[in-house]
Amino acid sequence: MSEMAAHDAHAAHPPGFAHQFEDAGQQKDAGTLGMWAFLVTEILFFGGMFTSYIIYRSLHLPGFIIGSHLLLVKFGATNTAVLICSSLTMALAIRSAQTGKSKSTIIWWLVLTMILGAAFLALKFTFEWHADYVEHTVPGAFFGFENRPEWGPNAPYVQMFMCFYFFMTGLHALHMVVGLGILTVLVIMTARGKFSSEYYTPLEISGLYWHFVDIVWIFLFPLLYLIGGRYPGS
Amino acid sequence: MSDHTEQGAHGHVVPIGVYIAVFLSLMVLTALTTGVAYIDLGAWNTVVALAIAVVKMLLVVLFFMHVKYAHGLTKIVVICGFFWLGIMITLSLSDELTRGWEMNPIGWTGMIPFLHHLLS
Amino acid sequence: MSTATADIHHDPVESNVNYLNSSYGIKSWLLTVDHKRIGLMYLAVITFMFLIGGVAATLMRLNLVEPQGALVEPETYNKLFSTHGIIMVFFFLVPSIPATLGNFLIPIMIGARDVAFPKLNLMSWYIFVTGCIFAMIAIISGGVDTGWTFYPPYSSLYSHTPVVIMALGIFIAGFSSILTGLNFVVTIHKMRAPGMTWFRLPLFIWALYATSLIFILGTPVIAITIFLLGLERLFHVGIFDPAIGGDPLLFQHLFWFYSHPAVYIMILPSMGVISELITAFSRKKIFGYSFVAFSSLAIAVISFVVWGHHMFVTGQSVYAGLVFSVLSFIVAIPSAIKVFNWTATLYKGSISYQAPMLYALGFIGLFTIGGLTGLFLASLATDVHLNGTYFVVAHFHYIMVGGALMGYLGGIHFWWPKITGRMYPDIWARVAAAIVFIGFNLTFFPQFVVGYLGMPRRYAVYSTEFQFLNIMSSAGASVLAVGYAIPLVYLIWSMRYGPPAGRNPWGAKGLEWTTQSPPPTENFDVPPIVTEDAYNYAYAEAPHV
Repeated sequence: MSEMAAHDAHAAHPPGFAHQFEDAGQQKDAGTLGMWAFLVTEILFFGGMFTSYIIYRSLHLPGFIIGSHLLLVKFGATNTAVLICSSLTMALAIRSAQTGKSKSTIIWWLVLTMILGAAFLALKFTFEWHADYVEHTVPGAFFGFENRPEWGPNAPYVQMFMCFYFFMTGLHALHMVVGLGILTVLVIMTARGKFSSEYYTPLEISGLYWHFVDIVWIFLFPLLYLIGGRYPGS
Repeated sequence: MSDHTEQGAHGHVVPIGVYIAVFLSLMVLTALTTGVAYIDLGAWNTVVALAIAVVKMLLVVLFFMHVKYAHGLTKIVVICGFFWLGIMITLSLSDELTRGWEMNPIGWTGMIPFLHHLLS
Repeated sequence: MSTATADIHHDPVESNVNYLNSSYGIKSWLLTVDHKRIGLMYLAVITFMFLIGGVAATLMRLNLVEPQGALVEPETYNKLFSTHGIIMVFFFLVPSIPATLGNFLIPIMIGARDVAFPKLNLMSWYIFVTGCIFAMIAIISGGVDTGWTFYPPYSSLYSHTPVVIMALGIFIAGFSSILTGLNFVVTIHKMRAPGMTWFRLPLFIWALYATSLIFILGTPVIAITIFLLGLERLFHVGIFDPAIGGDPLLFQHLFWFYSHPAVYIMILPSMGVISELITAFSRKKIFGYSFVAFSSLAIAVISFVVWGHHMFVTGQSVYAGLVFSVLSFIVAIPSAIKVFNWTATLYKGSISYQAPMLYALGFIGLFTIGGLTGLFLASLATDVHLNGTYFVVAHFHYIMVGGALMGYLGGIHFWWPKITGRMYPDIWARVAAAIVFIGFNLTFFPQFVVGYLGMPRRYAVYSTEFQFLNIMSSAGASVLAVGYAIPLVYLIWSMRYGPPAGRNPWGAKGLEWTTQSPPPTENFDVPPIVTEDAYNYAYAEAPHV
C-alpha cells in the first residue's frame, strides 16, 4: 500500500493542516498567494467599471458633475470613515489570533467589524438609495428628466452617471454582503476553537478580502461624490 | 524546492501602535479629501482627490494587508494587478480620446519636426 | 534519476492500487478532491460540449453547400454560428488542455501530491458544469443569434433570443476558469518538489503558468462586461446604448480586452504540449529552453495590449489602430521563436512517427500558416479588405483547430497510457491523425481563398461564384468529422482491451513517467527529489512501443 515515506503522524501537524502541503508554512504561503491572486481578479473585475467610468467622465464631464452633485457627501464621507474603522477592527482581530488572545477577544473584534459593515450598508440603503428612489434619480423608466429642465443637453449623461453610481456601489455592496457572510463563518470557526497563534490563515486571508473591499470604496468615494469639486460655482 | 517562509506559520506581528497610526492617518486623509472638495482648485481638485485616494490605498495595502512585511512575490502580484488595470484604462482611452482628432493634413511626416521639410 | 529505486530496464513490482481503483462508486468520483479524477471529469464534460459545438458546425457546413442556403433559414443560421462559436470558445477550447491535461499533470510534473487547493479544484468543476447547463438551456430555448461576440446594441436591445441565460452560462464558466488558473499559479509557485527549480520545469508547466496568468488577469474583465450587458438588457439602462449616451465601442474594448488574451489561453497550453511531444519523439533536449520558457511569458504579457486589432474597422480611432497594429506584429515574435526552437529541436533528432508526433508535426505546419495569416490581419490596410470575410475564419481555425485542437489530441494520445495505464492501437491513431490533417486542410484552406475573394463571414447565403470552394470545404468537414470520431472509438476500446502500458512506454523524460501507470492517488510512492534538467534525453530509457 503506498505511503508517503516522510509523512509524520497526524498529531505532529497543527489543526487545520491540509495534507497536500509539506508543512504549515507552505500552507499559509499558498493560502495568502491564492487570496492575492483572487484579489487581482477583483481589481480587474471592478476595473472594468472604473475604466468605463473614466472614459465617459472624460467625454461627458458636465453631465457627470451634475450627477455627482445629486449625491450626499455627508453620507459618503461617513461611510468611508465607517469602513476605515472596520478595517482597523479586522486587522486587530487577526492580530489577536496571531498573539494568542482568547477566542472571545477575536470574536469581539470580528463582530465589531460586522457591525460596522452592516452600518455601512444600512446608511447606504436607507439614506442614500431610498432618497434616490424617492427623488427619481434611479436610472430607468422613472428617471426624473421632466422635473429638471436645467440639465439641458447633459441630461442623458446625468442618467449615465447615476447608472455608474448604482452599478458600482451596488457591486461594492454585494461584496460587502459576501464579506459579512465570510465574517459570520469566521466567528463560528473561532468559537469552535479552530484558530490559534499557530494557525489563523482563514482569518488572515479573509482580512485581505475585507481590506480590498475597503480600498474599492476608498476610490469610489472621491470618484463618485467629489468630482468637479463641491465649491460654490462648481 | 518551493519558496515558502522558513519561519513556518507565524507571520509578522504588526505593533498595535502602527495600526492606530495608520487608522488615524486614514481618517485625517478622508477629512482632508472631503474638505478640499469645497475649495476651488479647478482641475487640481481631481488630481488632489486621486492622490489622496492612492495614499490611503497604499496605507491599507502596506500595513493592514501586511504587504510591507511580505515576500517580494506578493508585492509583484499587487503591482501587476494595478498595472494591468492601467493597461486597460490607457489603451481604451487612447481610442476614446483620439477619435475626434483630425487626420494630419500634411501626412505622418508632418508629425516629426523637420522631416517633412527634408522629404518634400 | 529522480527516484532512488527503479532498475530502468524492468518495471518494479507494481502495486495494484491506483487513483482509478482506490475507491469505487459515483460518490467517490463526485466528491473526489484528487486532481487526476477531476481532470477526467472535466474531460468527459468538455468532450460532450465539443460534440454540441460540432453539431452546430455540421449544420452550418451543410447549409453552405448551396449559395441560397441548403438547410436552414438565415435566422437559424445566425443561431448556429453563434452557438458554434460560444460553445467552442468558452466551453471547449478555453478549458480543454488546462482543465483536463493541466489538472492531471501539473502536480505530477512538479513532484507534488496534489494541487494547492484540491477542494477549490472540485468546486471549479461543479461551477463549470453549472455554466454548461445554463448554456444548454439557452441552446434548447432556441439559441442566441448575436455571434459569440455579443456586440450591443443588437445583443442588448434588439435580439429576441435568450442572451441573458447564455451570458450567465459564460459568466459562470469563466469563474470556473479563474479558480483553475489561481490554483495552478499557487501550485506551481509553492509546491514544486525539492530540486525542481523554475528552470528545470517541463515547458508544459511554463506554458500553463503563462496561461493561468491570463486566466487571472483577463477573465474578470469579460465577467464584468457580460454583467453590464445583462443589466442593460434586463433593465434597459446602461452604458452601451447610444440612444442614452453610451458607446457600443466601449463594450468592444472591454470584450476584446479578455477575448484577445483568451485566444492565447487557447493556444499556449497546446504549445506546451508540443514542446513535450517534440522532445520525446526526437529523443532530444529542447533547443533553447529559456527562450521557449520566456516566450510563453512574453506571449501572455503582450497578448494584453493588442486587442484593438479586432476593432480596426469599427470606428476606432486610427491613431489607436496604429498602436494596436504595431503591437500585434510584435506579439507574433515569441510564437515564431517557439516554432524556430521546435524545428531546431527536430534537427539531428532521433525521430519516430507515432500518433502524438504526427499531431505535433501537423501543429507546427498549420500553426505557422495560421500565425502568418494573422499578420495580414494585423496590418491595418489589408485588414480593411479581409475583416469580416472568411479569411479571418480560416486564420483562426488554422490556429484553433490546426493548432490548439491538434495539440490537445496529441497530448491526449501521449499521456493516455499514463492516465489509463493502457496503450491504444497506434496504427489506428496514425490513420486518424492523417485523416484529421487532410480533412482539416480540405475544410479550411478553401476558406482563405473565398475570404480573400470577398465572401463575408456569418452569412447564411453567398454569391454563386463561391459555391465550388464551399462544397470542397463542407466535404472536408465530413472527412474531419470521421477523423475525430475514430479516436473516440479506439481510446474507449483501449480502456478495457488495450495492453498495459507500463511506467514509461515512450521512454520519455519527465517526473510523470517515473511513476506508475495509472499513478497512485498521491502520485508518487516516494516523494521525488529532482537532480537533473528537463529533457535529459542523453540518459533516457528506451521506448517500448
